[in-house]
Amino acid sequence: MHSKSIRQLAQGLRAKEFSSVELTQHFLQRIKQHQNLNAYITVTEELALAQAQAADQRLAAGDTDLLLGLPIAQKDLFCTLGVRTSCGSKMLDNFIAPYNATVVDKLNQAGAVMLGKVNMDEFAMGSSNETSFYGAVKNPWDSNAVAGGSSGGSAAAVAARLAVCATGTDTGGSIRQPAALCGITGLKPTYGRVSRYGMIAYASSLDQGGPMAQSADDAAILLQAMAGFDSKDSTSMDHPVPDYSATLDAPLTGLKIGLPKEFFGEGLSDDVAQVLQVAIDEYRKLGAEVIDISMPNLKLAIPAYYVIAPAECSANLSRFDGVRFGYRCENPADLTDLYTRSRGEAFGKEVKRRILMGTYALSAGYYDAYYIKAQKIRRLISDDFKTALAQVDVIMGPVTPTTAFGIGEKMADPIAMYLADIYTIAINLAGVPAMSVPAGFSDGKPVGLQIIGNYFQEAKLLNIAHRYQQVTDWHTLIPKNFE
Amino acid sequence: MSLTAEDVNKIAHLARLGIDSQDVGSYTKDLSGMLALMAKMGEVNTDGVEPMAHPLDQVQRLRADVVTESNQREHFQAIAPKVEDGLYLVPKVIE
Repeated sequence: MHSKSIRQLAQGLRAKEFSSVELTQHFLQRIKQHQNLNAYITVTEELALAQAQAADQRLAAGDTDLLLGLPIAQKDLFCTLGVRTSCGSKMLDNFIAPYNATVVDKLNQAGAVMLGKVNMDEFAMGSSNETSFYGAVKNPWDSNAVAGGSSGGSAAAVAARLAVCATGTDTGGSIRQPAALCGITGLKPTYGRVSRYGMIAYASSLDQGGPMAQSADDAAILLQAMAGFDSKDSTSMDHPVPDYSATLDAPLTGLKIGLPKEFFGEGLSDDVAQVLQVAIDEYRKLGAEVIDISMPNLKLAIPAYYVIAPAECSANLSRFDGVRFGYRCENPADLTDLYTRSRGEAFGKEVKRRILMGTYALSAGYYDAYYIKAQKIRRLISDDFKTALAQVDVIMGPVTPTTAFGIGEKMADPIAMYLADIYTIAINLAGVPAMSVPAGFSDGKPVGLQIIGNYFQEAKLLNIAHRYQQVTDWHTLIPKNFE
Repeated sequence: MSLTAEDVNKIAHLARLGIDSQDVGSYTKDLSGMLALMAKMGEVNTDGVEPMAHPLDQVQRLRADVVTESNQREHFQAIAPKVEDGLYLVPKVIE
């Protein structure tokens, strides 16, 4: 049951091959069996079975929603009413959200069954899931390797088939990078496409939720349920949501693919480059035209991101003060001690590093030199995407410079970890949508192909990924021990 | 540009963020490394470039000034570290 697609499962439920309760029990049992993967922070068994029972009733009544009765996982930064929402932090280890995120409400309405909340880097700050208070997630393809981050739990759960699909969020690559390292399909939508209401904020001008799934077909169905305008999110875009499944099969004849030379130069490992060449050749066979392009400002993405994201993080995380919710230190001497010690005792090192960086960048005398300068650079990067996407339909490139690195390998050098996000970060600064699609393996570990499109072109990206998945089988492979 | 341990302690105070004294050295090194990375931005001429705050250059939506939320004080205070008589408690501020 766990290797089936969303459409196959939806059909199986309606053909009464299995019930939603049976399907849910099957996944709950798999989660228990593979606990050592550390993909889940909280398993909501009782709630899941209650939701599955309700789904079986809706199924009996003839409800046609594709996600109805299907067990999914929620990244533990989407607030879930009555269920702990930890955001991977000691700060929120005791936090029971008093309301649902819009994404959670929408998936509940669609009838999806929540198996639990999945692991992530603390407050989504990290690229390896190692900054989680609950420990690193193991990569299902190699238990000594990282699952990626920050949505590492989501990616590992989907890759190991411990959930049909999962939600993720992406501020600088947090959907695409773990999707690439775990060999699944992940999509970061256009900024503003999916509501941020109830999504615990890291960097508000960059954060975006999106689907993580086995295939583009599944991702289209999950995105359909997640996307749409929300008046409760002041940056939500009031833009029509197309039928993402309707155009999946459109032919790719004449599609113009741009390959920025900056994506294929120094820093990209040879094995990843080789896998990507083969994937791009596959697109040529599907009728696409491949064009070399240049995006000269991409090299500025990391410096600009590590000003803007920490600056927004330092402002957003000021709400964690030990007064209204979350962790509070023992016996505070005075109010300053309460703030300082509660935050000091409950935040991990990476979160502290970014709060410090952001506070510095926003402090008197440095604001123009860092924050305003970074916002100007952000426009130059965004203009590079505009120019490129006027010339080609989509941009393709790597997601990561290498396959999954070892657990512990990069923790001592945070800057080396930041530099590994070179291919994903610029996309968030521009706000355009992008996907990671399984494109092959190197030394037994998955490689992802990144497909980047213009604003609100999610349907186009899904179509391009789906056509590729019809002629390749990388996305159907299941890691050993998880078959 | 590189920072000193004194700078890091000052920033930590501005952020009301406790950091262990034995970690000050590594934060000083990491933040200095990040600033060195950012120095690349200074090499680019950005005169006349409009700073970009929102990817789609949207401005904040306005809405009618009406109450849309109901009072959920008890509900929200159920997860607070310390409350009394409907108030959030903190150490005494005024002697």
